Amino acid sequence: MTTVAAAQSKGTAARDGAAEAEHAQAFEAAVAADERIEPRDWMPEEYRSTLVRQMAQHAHSEIIGMQPEANWITRAPSLRRKAILMAKVQDEAGHGLYLYSAAETLGVSRDELLDKLHSGRQKYSSIFNYPTLTWADVGAIGWLVDGAAITNQVPLCRCSYGPYARAMVRICKEESFHQRQGYELLLALSKGTEAQHRMAQDAVDRWWWPSLMMFGPPDSESAHSAQSMAWKIKRHSNDELRQRFVDICVPQAETLGLTLPDPGLRWNEERGHYDFGVIDWDEFRQVLKGNGPCNEQRITQRRRAHEEGAWVREAAAAYAAKHGEVRA
Amino acid sequence: MSRVPVTSSAAALALGDDALVLSHRLGEWAGHAPVLEEELALANIALDLLGQARVLLSMADGTKDEDELAFLREERDFRNVQLVEQPNGDFAHTIARQLYFSVYQHLLYGQLSRGTSPFAPLAGKGVLETAYHRDHARQWTLRLGDGTARSKERMQRGLDSLWRFTGELFRPVEGLDEVDWAALEEGWTEEVRSVVEEATLDMPHGPRVGAWSAGAGRQGLHTEPFGRMLAEMQHLHRSHPGATW
Repeated sequence: MTTVAAAQSKGTAARDGAAEAEHAQAFEAAVAADERIEPRDWMPEEYRSTLVRQMAQHAHSEIIGMQPEANWITRAPSLRRKAILMAKVQDEAGHGLYLYSAAETLGVSRDELLDKLHSGRQKYSSIFNYPTLTWADVGAIGWLVDGAAITNQVPLCRCSYGPYARAMVRICKEESFHQRQGYELLLALSKGTEAQHRMAQDAVDRWWWPSLMMFGPPDSESAHSAQSMAWKIKRHSNDELRQRFVDICVPQAETLGLTLPDPGLRWNEERGHYDFGVIDWDEFRQVLKGNGPCNEQRITQRRRAHEEGAWVREAAAAYAAKHGEVRA
Repeated sequence: MSRVPVTSSAAALALGDDALVLSHRLGEWAGHAPVLEEELALANIALDLLGQARVLLSMADGTKDEDELAFLREERDFRNVQLVEQPNGDFAHTIARQLYFSVYQHLLYGQLSRGTSPFAPLAGKGVLETAYHRDHARQWTLRLGDGTARSKERMQRGLDSLWRFTGELFRPVEGLDEVDWAALEEGWTEEVRSVVEEATLDMPHGPRVGAWSAGAGRQGLHTEPFGRMLAEMQHLHRSHPGATW
C-alpha cells in the first residue's frame, strides 16, 4: 500500500468512525425521546438483529398457531362457532403476513425467515406445542392464550421500531376480539350441560400453566430482556407482565364459574396482587428444546404444506415470468 | 330420521347444502395451503359460503334451525351436488372444483338476483361474492395451466377428473322455476371453455355424468367420501344432544 493510499484509507476510516458515532448518538437520542425508528434510519446492528429475531418468531407463532385451532374447524359444533373459528384462523394468517412484511423492512425476506422456521433455526411460541383435545380448548386458547398474547403485545404498540409498533396496533385490535369470543365460548360451555362444564374446566386446567409460560423465563434468567428494555423494544419485564395477566384472569375465572389449577393462588393484600404457585420451568425448557407434546407434529405439518406447495409457487413464478408480471 | 319435506324449501336446501359442503371442504385446507396468501383466500371463500349456507338453511324449514339441518341430517337427506363433496385432492384439484362451481354459482345467483323469488336478496349479495370466487379460480387455473409442465399436467388432471360431476349442475331444481337452465349451461360451458383455453389446457371431453349419477346429489344420493365428511362434521354436535354452543 502506498503512503498516500494508506493515508486516504485511514482518513476514510476516521470519517466513518465519526459518522458512526454521530449516528449512534442520534439513535440513542431518538429512542430516549420516544421517537420511532424507521426502516431507513441508522440503527445498531444488534438492534436490527434482535428485532428480526423477535418479529420473525412472532410471525412464525401466528402461522404455527393456526394449527391447534384449525384442528377443530371441521368439527365445530354449530355453524356460528364454525364461522367465528374460520375467521379467527384467517386473521392469524393475516397477522403472519403483516409481521413478515414488517420484518422485511429490516432487510430480510419472508422466504428466508420461513426457511429458518422450517429448519428449526428460528422458534415460535412454545404454547402451540400443546394439543387441542376437545372443543373447549378452542375457548381456552381464545381466553388464556390470546389473553396472554395481548398482555405481551399491547406494550409493543409503543415499541421503538415504527413498522413493528404499527403492525401491533392492528393485530391487538383483532386479538382482543378473538379473546372475547374465546371467553364467550367458554362461558357458554360453563353454563351449559354438566358435560360441557366439565369439558371447559378440563381445558382451563390444561392451558393455564402453559399460558403463564408464554411470558418467558423469569426475569433472573431472561437473556435478552435488559437490552430490549433499554432499546424500548420491550417495555415491561416478563415477570411484571405475567403478574398483570394473573391479576386479570382470576376474577374472569370466577365470572366463568371455573377454577384455576393452582392451590397457591391467593390475593396478597400487602402486594396488591395475586400470589401464585411455581411454574414448572423444566417442562418449559423441554418444550423449548423440541420435546413438547406437538413440536414434531407442528413443524412437520408446516414443512409438508410448504414442500407440497412448492410446485404451486413455481407455477405462479413461471406464469409471472411468461406474462411479464412484476413480482412483488 | 324423517325425510326433509320436498316443498319450495327443497331449493333452499339444495343451494344451502352446496354452500355448506363446499365451505367445509375449503375449511380442511386451513394450515395446509401452498402459500400464506392462499390460507387467507381459501378461508375467505369458505366463510362467504358458510354465510350463504346459514341464510339458506334458515329459509329451508320453519321447524328446524340451521344447526339441526347441518348437524342432524343424515347423508341421504343432503341435497348438495356431488361436485362440492369431492375431496380436496391437490391444489389443482381444489382449483378445478372451485372453477366449475364458482362459475356455476355466479351465473345461477346472477339469474336469481334478477328474479322475484325469495332467493333474490341473498343472490344479490352472493353474486358479488361469487364473482370474487370465480376470479380467484380463474387466476389460479391460468397460473397452473400456463405455469410449469408439472402444474399443467396436474391442472388438466383436476379438470378431467371432476368433469363427470358437472352435468348435475344443470338439472332443474324444484322451486327455482324462474331459472333458465339451458341458458345457464350454455353460459357456463362458454365461460369455463374460455378460461381453460386461455390457460392453454384442453376442455375435458368425457361424459358429463357418471353411469347413474345424473342429478343424484340433489336426490340425496352421494359419493362415498361424503359420509365420512359428515361423520367428522357432525360428531361433536351429535355427542351432546340438546346442548347449546
